[in-house]
Amino acid sequence: MTLYFTQDHEWLDVSGTSATVGITDYAQGQLGDVVFVEVPAAGTVVAKGKEAAVVESVKAASDVYSPVSGTVTEPNPALAEDPSLVNTAPEAGGWFFKLTLSDAAELEGLMDETAYKTWLATL
Amino acid sequence: MADTDPTLALPLDGLHRRLGARMVPFAGYAMPIQYVGEFGGIIAEHLWTRTSAGLFDVSHMGQVLLPLAEDTALETLIPGDITGLAIGALRYSLLLDETGGILDDLMVTRRAADLYLVVNGAVKTEDIAHLRAHGLTVTYRDDWALLALQGPLAVTALDRLVPGVAGVSGASSIADLRFMRAAAFTWNGHALWISRSGYTGEDGYEISLPAAAAEAFAEALLAQPEVKPIGLGARDSLRLEAGLPLYGHDLDTTTDPIEAGLQFAISKRRKIERGFPAADALMARLHDGPTRKRVGLLIEGKLPAREGALVFSGDKQIGTVTSGGFSPSLGVPIAMAYVNAAHAADGTAVEIEVRGKRLAATVTPMPFKPKNYVRAEGAPT
Repeated sequence: MTLYFTQDHEWLDVSGTSATVGITDYAQGQLGDVVFVEVPAAGTVVAKGKEAAVVESVKAASDVYSPVSGTVTEPNPALAEDPSLVNTAPEAGGWFFKLTLSDAAELEGLMDETAYKTWLATL
Repeated sequence: MADTDPTLALPLDGLHRRLGARMVPFAGYAMPIQYVGEFGGIIAEHLWTRTSAGLFDVSHMGQVLLPLAEDTALETLIPGDITGLAIGALRYSLLLDETGGILDDLMVTRRAADLYLVVNGAVKTEDIAHLRAHGLTVTYRDDWALLALQGPLAVTALDRLVPGVAGVSGASSIADLRFMRAAAFTWNGHALWISRSGYTGEDGYEISLPAAAAEAFAEALLAQPEVKPIGLGARDSLRLEAGLPLYGHDLDTTTDPIEAGLQFAISKRRKIERGFPAADALMARLHDGPTRKRVGLLIEGKLPAREGALVFSGDKQIGTVTSGGFSPSLGVPIAMAYVNAAHAADGTAVEIEVRGKRLAATVTPMPFKPKNYVRAEGAPT
């Protein structure tokens, strides 16, 4: 299990060729209270840096990008019932979807946790 | 992001930042969208205002004075009865263009020595230019701050802080001041102009005071156990639940007072005497009925519809959402839209398109949440 982060504040937890995607605690803080999450269905092909999900806060809708390319294997079913999991547990129970990586080389451009935290401190 | 945007600082900028507000650019100013902490966040701030008292900084709004003698001149630009307004009474009105389109919505208070207008921050420069172009003598009080204290316990908190001082309209204490009435008070030697009014659907007050005194007064209010700071995010969700339109979204120059459902802003005397912009056309539209109407929509499910979403009846587009979000009090998405008059009756089933999906929605009377105003006995509701 290796954690990666993007400058768009998504996280990616990789185990072999499968990975879990979510948004960071910083991102949920910026969005505010999440009231709805639209996650891609299993089988959806997502591309690195392209819209994969939508988060609706009280105020606005925001796109969430896939950190890597791949095929969605499972959307988080718990978000339909309790979208506020994104606020309360963004890097645990509030995950968005799981996918199978199509190009492991894409991981090379992502940040590790230390690099992400260092970069966050500059914002 | 506020650091690089060309935004101006409000008098309470430092206080907002100390309270941990997330600042965003709005109407040319850096403004707090929400605060941090246990009671922070739009939903928590919204619910706090509905149950206790929320303090809003609305100093971005334009505070403008006109000579009292220019009441008749002002009436040529708005459909409200201003000459007949009692001293210390407020009236909601509309600045109209020559076609009856809405340039802004505003509050006008008739005071002993002048007319006090509060206009929207985003268009205040245009409003002032419009008033001056029509010969009015505008004094723009950008040296004043404007705070709103809203919620069922606003009266308790403010009454404790501002002891009863006889006001010009005869109100001897904060609690005696009724809905849509205003009077002068003092706090620690600072002059306050307080009206019982607001933009949340709750009982509450709007307080105008010198900018130099604003921070100390705001801190004194925040020291009251009933009061928490509330950001622009909750201000928007509160006004949406209350069915109150937001200028630039639900109202603009392409909307008129009749289709906006604001015919109450055309005072009885003015309907007869007219003499306001596009009066004949607007009275004809009032008589014939508008072709489209501003309505409330209660949306099924949890996905909110936002401004710009199209409203359908079957395959036919019948309207457009102008404000939409999530109602913290009702726990469901709500919206305001303009729809064709044939589909505007309460209970009409419609659909809203969001990202290729059709959401079922029902035309619903506004306010979505009943208003909680404290009116004078015998006052119209």
